[in-house]
Amino acid sequence: MSDVLLAIRGLTKAYPGVVANSDVSFDIRPASVHALLGENGAGKSTLVKTIYGLVRPDAGSMTLAGRPYTPAEPRAARAAGVAMVFQHFSLFDALSVAENIALGMENPPPLRDLSSRIAQVSREYGLPLDPRRTVGDLSAGERQRVEIIRCLLQAPRLLIMDEPTSVLTPQEVDILFGTLRQLREEGTAILYISHKLEEIRALCEEATILRGGKVVATCDPRATSARQMAEMMVGGTLKTPARATIAGGEVVLEVQGLSAASPRQHGMALRDVTFSVSRGEVLGIGGVAGNGQDELLLALSGEMRTAPGMVRLGSDPIGRCSPSERRARGLLCAPEERMGHAAAPDMTLTENAFLTGRVRERLARGGFVDWTGARSFAERVIRGFDVRTPGPGAAARSLSGGNLQKFVIGREILQRPEVLVVNQPTWGVDAAAAASIRQALLDLASQGAAVVVVSQDLDELMEISDRFAALNEGRLSPARPARGLTVEEIGLMLGGAHGMEVAHAH
Amino acid sequence: MIYLEKRPTPSRAWALATPLLAVLATMIVGGLLFAAMGKDPVLAIRTIFWDPLFGEFASYTRPQLLIKAGPLILIAIGLSFGFRAGIWNIGAEGQYILGALTGAAVGLAFYPSESRLIFPLMVLAGALGGMAWALIPGLLKVRFGTNEILVSLMLVYVATNLLAYAALGPLQNPEGMGFPGSRNLSQWSASANPELFTGTGIHWGVIAAGLSVLVAYVLLARHAFGFAVRLAGQSPRAAAFAGVSPSRLVLTCMAISGGLAGLAGVFEVTGPAGQISIDFNVGYGFTAIIVAFLGRLHPVGILLAGLLMALTYIGGEMAQLQLSLPAAAIQLFQGMLLFFLLAMDVLTQFRVRVRSGRAQAPQAVVAQPKPAQGTH
Amino acid sequence: MDLSGISPVLLLASLIVASTPILLAALGELVVERSGVLNLGVEGMMITGAITGFATAVATGSPALGFLGAAVGGAALSVLFAVLVLWLKSNQVATGLALTLFGLGLASMVGQAYNGIRAPEMGDIAIPLLSDIPVLGPILFRHDWVVYLGVALVAGVWWFLNRSRAGLTLRAVGENHDAAHALGYHVLRLRFLAILFGGACAGLGGAYLSLVRVPQWTEGITAGAGWIALAIVVFASWRPLRLLLGAWLFGGISVLQLNLQAARVPIPVEVLSMAPYLVTILVLVLISSGRGRAALAAPGSLGQPFHASR
Repeated sequence: MSDVLLAIRGLTKAYPGVVANSDVSFDIRPASVHALLGENGAGKSTLVKTIYGLVRPDAGSMTLAGRPYTPAEPRAARAAGVAMVFQHFSLFDALSVAENIALGMENPPPLRDLSSRIAQVSREYGLPLDPRRTVGDLSAGERQRVEIIRCLLQAPRLLIMDEPTSVLTPQEVDILFGTLRQLREEGTAILYISHKLEEIRALCEEATILRGGKVVATCDPRATSARQMAEMMVGGTLKTPARATIAGGEVVLEVQGLSAASPRQHGMALRDVTFSVSRGEVLGIGGVAGNGQDELLLALSGEMRTAPGMVRLGSDPIGRCSPSERRARGLLCAPEERMGHAAAPDMTLTENAFLTGRVRERLARGGFVDWTGARSFAERVIRGFDVRTPGPGAAARSLSGGNLQKFVIGREILQRPEVLVVNQPTWGVDAAAAASIRQALLDLASQGAAVVVVSQDLDELMEISDRFAALNEGRLSPARPARGLTVEEIGLMLGGAHGMEVAHAH
Repeated sequence: MIYLEKRPTPSRAWALATPLLAVLATMIVGGLLFAAMGKDPVLAIRTIFWDPLFGEFASYTRPQLLIKAGPLILIAIGLSFGFRAGIWNIGAEGQYILGALTGAAVGLAFYPSESRLIFPLMVLAGALGGMAWALIPGLLKVRFGTNEILVSLMLVYVATNLLAYAALGPLQNPEGMGFPGSRNLSQWSASANPELFTGTGIHWGVIAAGLSVLVAYVLLARHAFGFAVRLAGQSPRAAAFAGVSPSRLVLTCMAISGGLAGLAGVFEVTGPAGQISIDFNVGYGFTAIIVAFLGRLHPVGILLAGLLMALTYIGGEMAQLQLSLPAAAIQLFQGMLLFFLLAMDVLTQFRVRVRSGRAQAPQAVVAQPKPAQGTH
Repeated sequence: MDLSGISPVLLLASLIVASTPILLAALGELVVERSGVLNLGVEGMMITGAITGFATAVATGSPALGFLGAAVGGAALSVLFAVLVLWLKSNQVATGLALTLFGLGLASMVGQAYNGIRAPEMGDIAIPLLSDIPVLGPILFRHDWVVYLGVALVAGVWWFLNRSRAGLTLRAVGENHDAAHALGYHVLRLRFLAILFGGACAGLGGAYLSLVRVPQWTEGITAGAGWIALAIVVFASWRPLRLLLGAWLFGGISVLQLNLQAARVPIPVEVLSMAPYLVTILVLVLISSGRGRAALAAPGSLGQPFHASR
């Protein structure tokens, strides 16, 4: 067997206005785990989509096991032995596990045979899965198992994994790594995309680092510190947010026995969620996506109504109040999804400023909109939070993820909230913008507001929270002081490995 | 290799240009169609688009323009709010009928009184009748999640049957010697909706249509309700986050569209139509859908589109008389216009890009169904 | 009033006949919607099929060729819709409405030459042995071949969706087009084929009206049948076998109301004619509310435009 499985030479791909990949070259060896590192927007996604046949490069070539490799579509890539587990799972909620897996295969056997093969493979690799279950009812970790088994059934030579651990608890990560190591022993090459440096140090033998679409460095992660890799990734030094702690503020937001069904199909119901936040405090709520985060946000923002006493602001029951009434009282929210939830993509920044600023910034008189006022409010947000845009007349859609997120967070902060609830404040945001958003949240708390941060990023929560609680299957653990919590403790608070007790024992 | 690329912001220039281009394309294809039918295409197009305004009988046809455009604009303005918000009331035809029925019924209850209050009362009743008819699909949607498209449309068929029933039963003219149809409302001074300025065709319905354009413009541009409507249409989740109640929005939009359609009905039955009859409705409620889209759901656009559509109605009638062009040709013509507009809409949202050589863009959608790489 | 003239066996037999046009159109639409596309142009495609089928049958003297012509006519009209919606990304609701308005205009224009002409007759095929069973025989097994075709198509579509690889792919595309795209499936190509099938089925349904049910060309012959077909798809929760049930229910109501009219029950004709539409609304309400909410069974990507992003 040759020493190189996939050789990438000079891959270039440009989109209007952006060069996603520029002259990218590196080699992936068989029976190894190769890390692809880079910030959001560094060009990782485009590169793996090129390898998987979803994107055709403008220039450059690839060879797979010594032969030219130019996949015209994913089908061709799969036929050549390349499989991929997507970051946003390419699964079909209404279909069964077996049907989902059949869809990812070239020549699937009849469903009955396929089901027994699924059972067999899932036993071999310690990934229990019932082929008859409907995918929409599975947890995030189980859904990932569907994707992985789908790939494994093809016995791939190269397995691409795009940010696989972002939806897993620490215990689930351990099990995944066990599976990946087993695959490596069997000779499979793995291209592992992540920005979590400690994971890469634990798993990978080689790393290629992308920045601005170019390969900026390669290294052996086992012999490189996380900090060094981070600086190669960002191209500068990193600073951690600073804060002035104030303690012992009065409780402003109190959630008591909050139970509610999810308004969405395949959603997670909230079960008896109880917590409180005080002035000057940052409460971090961690958990794997799909465990009730969205529902909690909806219940707090007022998009979903509950019994009055379940949510209290100050001492007033507000469970029945509309989003506008809650804003008037000082409870502001920033949902996770920027495009289409926190902001309307096709509307201008001025209109988006009016969207939540109407009440507290007094932007409407007798129902008539004060567009001049809305515009100047938008301008204040743009200036105050360093939003890169031609001006308040630009459509929200034209902003990059990080800039729009700064606008969304800034829009709420500038309204001087009593309580601010944010969901995934830095998801898909580049490191510099993420740092400035975290700093802004800490500043807000130090000015006496209560801040609730819901996030999947445990590092982020540990960095900024005073207290930490975990959301698991719609239940919230009691909050504990964030300082001194170990990864294992957090993992257990997050519910350990979902449905993997058997596998874990073995 | 041609492919589409989404614009960061919709193009304003194309938004204005596409309706004009659509009209032009319709004229060309329509002309070809007429030629295929053995008619002189230039003459046909001229008869439809030019003669009603400047031809030999223009003094008769010009007032007709406003008479026909009035109800179209009134209904289309009402529909445009819902359409913007993603609420699809396509049963305006039924609401139009109900407006006429309730208006006429209330008026006829007072026959033969000559009170000046009767006409305003009829107008009010007509608006409420249309509104109530539109609130049926609205309430069912809010309460049970029923599809408003299907329910509002089913109610059109119910309304046409109601109309026939009323024309032959309760509202039949007792002095009409058994002919179907009600008393003539335009000849009874208490209920008449006459031409207000001689030779213009302007009656109260036309004035109401003009007012509706004005009010809609102000609401959309300056009022929080207009903002809520636009927001709900573009991103429903953002609207919910902003505090717009979806149920209230559905009911408001249905009520507005039904109310205006009902108004159009009552103005028609008291004016140009004159009486409740089996064939009272002539499809204004459906044509208004075309008017609303052709006008890009914008009040001023709807005003112009309504006039244009009225022109094709009148021109179509003239072509029917002078060139013996079938009446259905005009309906086809109007449908074609909407098709061309929808097809050209792509230009406002997307940029058409041409790329040559091997460096193709399989990630973008290819403009023709080419099996190899076109369709993913 | 004379209800004794209504024979239950004849009523049930004509129910099957009356349900066939809606069944065919709804079956096509079901496949279209399972692929994630909402085509509100069923009424337009049906009436186009009604006239193209009628014209072909009159010209050739063969009802079979007429049905073929109807399928081609309906499919041809659906191509317009497909191109606009799939490649030009137009709004599906608006485009479907446009298709209906356009189809109505087109059919009534083409139909001018066919007013008052009778269609060539089509004989019933009595299935040997089965048709001799008392009661059931006349109800189920003494019909024209299109009735059998409709039922066979239901079975075929059921098999296709639930047992075949292509059907699984179609459902996947309708459920989540982005995921299907990521796996390398041709979303637009599949949807195009589904829309064509839907157009052909609607065309067949329309032709059944003009060639068998009425049987002659009259303006507005479909009278909302296309819209009722759309409602039945919702009623059936997008499942082929339930579709059969829905079509029979509506066939039954329209037959019953015609029979009651003929029997001169003391209810105004107009009120009886409203019945099918009112029942449609009632059924929509029942199916949309409560535990088994119909909306939950809807394909995940239904009505959403697909534009592959990077």
